[in-house]
Amino acid sequence: MKVTLTVNGRAADLDVDDPDMPLLYALRDGLALRGPRFGCGLAQCGACTVHVDGKAVRSCVYPLRSVGKGKVTTLEGLGTSAHPHPLQQAFIDEQAVQCGYCINGMIMQAKALLDSTPHPTEGEIKDALARNLCRCGTHLRIVRAVKRAARVA
Amino acid sequence: MNSMDDSDVQVINVSRRAFLGAISAVGLVLVVGCSRRDTASADPPKYGADSMPHGWVDNPLAFVAIAADGTVTVVCHRSEMGQGVRTSLPMVVADELEADWRRVQVQQAPGDEQRFGNQDTDGSRSVRHFFAPMRRCGAAARTMLEQAAAAHWGVPSGEVTAVNHEVVHGPTNRRIGYGELAVAASHLKVPAGDTLRLKAPSQFRYIGKGEVRLVDGPDIVAGRGMYGIDTVLDDMLFAVVARPPVYGGKVGSYDAAAALKVPGVVKVVEIPGTPPPSEFQPLGGVAVIARNTWAAIQGRQALKITWQDGPNVVYDSKAYRATLEQAARTPGEVVRNQGDVPAAMARAARRIEAEYYIPHMAQTPMEPPAATARIVDGLCVIWTATQAPQATRDRVSKRLAMPSENVTVNVTLLGGGFGRKSKPDYVVEAALLSREMKGVPVKVTWTREDDVQHGYYHTVSVEHLEAGLDAAGKPVAWLHRSVAPSIRSIFGPDPRHEAPFERGMGLVNVPFGIANLRVENPAAEAHTRIGWYRSVSNIPHAFAIQSFVAELAAAAGRDPKDYLLELIGPAQRVDPRTMGDSWNYTESPERYPFDTGRLRRVIETVSREAGWGRKLPPGQGLGIAAHYSFVTYVAAVVQVAVSGKGELTIPRIDVALDCGPQVNPERVRTQIEGACVMGVSNALASEITFKAGRVEQSNFNDYQVARIDAAPREIRVHLIASDFDVPLGGVGEPGVPPIAPALCNAIFAATGKRIRQLPIRDQLAAHGSQPAANG
Ligand code: FES
Ligand code: FES
Repeated sequence: MKVTLTVNGRAADLDVDDPDMPLLYALRDGLALRGPRFGCGLAQCGACTVHVDGKAVRSCVYPLRSVGKGKVTTLEGLGTSAHPHPLQQAFIDEQAVQCGYCINGMIMQAKALLDSTPHPTEGEIKDALARNLCRCGTHLRIVRAVKRAARVA
Repeated sequence: MNSMDDSDVQVINVSRRAFLGAISAVGLVLVVGCSRRDTASADPPKYGADSMPHGWVDNPLAFVAIAADGTVTVVCHRSEMGQGVRTSLPMVVADELEADWRRVQVQQAPGDEQRFGNQDTDGSRSVRHFFAPMRRCGAAARTMLEQAAAAHWGVPSGEVTAVNHEVVHGPTNRRIGYGELAVAASHLKVPAGDTLRLKAPSQFRYIGKGEVRLVDGPDIVAGRGMYGIDTVLDDMLFAVVARPPVYGGKVGSYDAAAALKVPGVVKVVEIPGTPPPSEFQPLGGVAVIARNTWAAIQGRQALKITWQDGPNVVYDSKAYRATLEQAARTPGEVVRNQGDVPAAMARAARRIEAEYYIPHMAQTPMEPPAATARIVDGLCVIWTATQAPQATRDRVSKRLAMPSENVTVNVTLLGGGFGRKSKPDYVVEAALLSREMKGVPVKVTWTREDDVQHGYYHTVSVEHLEAGLDAAGKPVAWLHRSVAPSIRSIFGPDPRHEAPFERGMGLVNVPFGIANLRVENPAAEAHTRIGWYRSVSNIPHAFAIQSFVAELAAAAGRDPKDYLLELIGPAQRVDPRTMGDSWNYTESPERYPFDTGRLRRVIETVSREAGWGRKLPPGQGLGIAAHYSFVTYVAAVVQVAVSGKGELTIPRIDVALDCGPQVNPERVRTQIEGACVMGVSNALASEITFKAGRVEQSNFNDYQVARIDAAPREIRVHLIASDFDVPLGGVGEPGVPPIAPALCNAIFAATGKRIRQLPIRDQLAAHGSQPAANG
C-alpha cells in the first residue's frame, strides 16, 4: 500500500507492506534518514525519538498508521551541520558528544521540553531525559548543553 | 529507495578507495603510498606499537594529501567510537605539519594494515602507540613542503620555515601556500624518520591544548553522522538472524513457511555455525532477508526452529557461581609467590577473609552490531562499524575463500564499541548473506535482543582474598585466588586459566609491600563466548583488591586512604616482571615500570581535591580506590548518599589520573567522565545471567545501565600535568576499574554495609543508613 508521510516539511510517498510497521523503519529504511536511530526497538532508550505534531514520540514503537496526517520532524529538520539549531549548537559548544549515537534522542527530547518549558530547572531537564540512555556516559554534558540552549534562547 | 537527501546516496556509494583516487585526480599531491614495517620476526623483544600486527607506519604518503586549494586531508586509521580519535590523531599530524586546523579534513582509512599500520582500536592504545608516528608523519610532510619552497625560490632550505599553512622565507619575508607547493613536494623523497626536526612542546599549536573540537560533532548533532547501521544502497536487502540460544548449539530443523508469508520477506536461509571455539566467526542460525528491517524482524518471529543445544545447555549462573566459589576456596595454579604465605598466616595476629563476585556483563554499545556487504565481480565491499578493520577483512576473506585484497572494509563511525565491535562475527554474517543473494547488498542488523543474548560477555568471577595482619593491623601475608573463565577460550581449546594478559590486569601486579604474597588462579571452564569489555579483567581484580584493602583498614581501625598509601609504601619504580607480570600491556618494562610514586600521587591528589576526611551529613560517605591499568595511574573518591529506605545517590565523583602527557586533554576528561558512569553502571545494575545455557536478559528493560538519574551529579577530573618526554599511558579504559570499589567503600562509610557482590541492585534496600564505626 501507498503511504504519504510529511517529514520535515516535505511530503514523501512510501510503499508499505505493513501499516503497523513502526515509523522508525519507514524513516530509516524507506527514506534513508539517519537522525532517528535504532537503539532498542522497545521504547527503552530514546535513540529513535522524533516529533509528531510537535510531540516527542518513540518512533520504534509508533505505528505508521497512527501518524496519519501528522507532521513528522526529525533531527534533520532542526538545523544542518553548517547552520545548526541553537540546541544543536549548544551540544557542540559543550562538547557533549562522545560516540553521538544517543544524541538524536537527547536533542529531540530536550527540544520538546524547551518548547513547553523554555527555562527548565536542572531537575526538569533530568526528568525529561530520564528515559534516554547514553552508554558513553556523557550525561552531565548533555544536561549542561540543554541548560546552555535554554540560556541563549 | 526514496531518499530524503540525495547526497546520502552519493556518499555511501563511493568506496573509500575510489574517494582517495578521486581526490588525487583533482590535483592532490601526496597520494597514497605504501610502507610496511614488518613485525613478524621478533629477535630482540618488541614492545608497544612494534609488537602489534603490522606495527606502525609514519609515511606521510599514506596519511596526508594536500589539494591545490590548500585543503589538507589527513587519514585516520583507527576507529572512532566516542573517544575522539578522528580528532586527536589528525590533530597531531596537523600540528607537526604546521597546518591550519580549519583547513584540515579527516578521511577514514579502510582496513589495510600493510598501508597504515595496526588498526585494532582497543587496549587504550591509539594515541599511546601512534602519537610518535603521527608526529613524524606531519613533520616529514612539513619538511617536504619546506624543501619544495626552498627549491622554488632557489634559497637554502635553512632559510625557510613552515608557519600556519604556508612556508616563509625569513630574509625576504616571501610566502607561499601549501596548496601551491603540494605538487612539487609530492615528488620529493620522504625524509628518514631520524633526520626529522620535531617541534618542541612549546611550539605545539593544538597538542596538549584541548581546544580543538570534535571533527564529527557538527554532523552528529545534525543527524549526518554515518554509523555502521546507516548504510543504504540501491536495491539493498535487510536481514536479521535467529541464532542458537546456547553457545555451540545448532539448528536441528526449521520451518520457514510462515516467515515467507510475511509481506516484505524475500528469503530465508540457514547460516552454518562454527563449533566452539568459534573465535570471530558467526554463531550460525537462520537468516530472514527482507525488503526492510521490520519485515525481517517480523519474519524471524514467524520462524519455527528446533535447536540442538549441545553441552553448554547445562550453563546455569547460580550453579556456576557455586562452582567458582568452590574453586576459589581450594588451592590452584600459583601465578605469583613470594615469601611463605602459610607460615606468615599461621603467625599472624588476625586473619581476615573475603570473597567477591562480579557477574557477566555485556558491552551494549548504543548502536548494536550491524554491517552491510556487497559482492560484485569477485570483489566484496563492506561498510561497518568495527574496532578491528583488518581482522574483519581477514575473517571475511577467509570465510568467503576470497583473496584479502578483494575485500574492502569501509569503516563508519561506531555508536560505541567497548570491545564488542572488536569481534567481527556480524560482518561475516553480512558477507555470507550477500553471497547467498548473488552479491546484492545485504545489511545485517542485530536487534538489542540479539546483542544482549548472543554477545561476547565480560567474564564472571569469584575473587577470594585472605590476609594475615600483625598486632598493629599491618598485613604480613596476602593470598588472592581469582577464578574466571578466560577470553582465550574463544580462540582455542579452553585453557581454563587466566591468560598472562588477564593476570597482568591487576591480579598479579599488586603494588603492595607485603613480604609474603601469593596469587593463585584455580581453573574455570567457559560455557559462553567470553570477550573484552572496556577495562576487561581489571574490573573484577580492582573491585576485589580495592574493596579488601578498605576492609583491612576497617579491621585495623585505620583511615582507608592512609592505609592504602602505607601498603603501597615509598615511591619506587618496580619492574613488572618481578611481580609476575610478563605482559605489561605489551609495553617495555624499562620504559614503563610500575611507578608506585605515580600511584601515590594520584591518591594524594584525589584525596586533597575531594576533601577527603571532610564532614558529611548522616547517611553520606566517601570511598577511595586506586588502580593502575593500561600503563596509567588512576584514583577515585566517590561520595554517596544512602537514604533511610536504602536509595543510593552519588553527589560527586573525583578522579585523579596520570596518563603521562595529555595529547587532547578535553577528550581525556570526557573519557574519564564516561568511565565514571560506566563504572557506576557496572556497580549498580548490570548483570547477564544464564539458565539452561540461555541468557535470561533481553533488552534494556532487564539488562540495565545507569540512566541520567543514577549518574553522578558531579564529576571532577584532575589531570596530573606531565612533560612530553614521559611515555604516554592509555586513557579509554583505566578510568573504569576504581569506580565500583570506591563506590562500595563509600557505601560502607555511609552505612556500615559491605558490598561484596555486584551489581548492588537492591542490596541496600533492607539496610537504610547507619553510620559506620570506621570510615
Ligand atoms: S529505539 Fe526506540 S526507544 Fe530505543
Ligand atoms: S554519546 Fe555514545 S551513547 Fe551517548
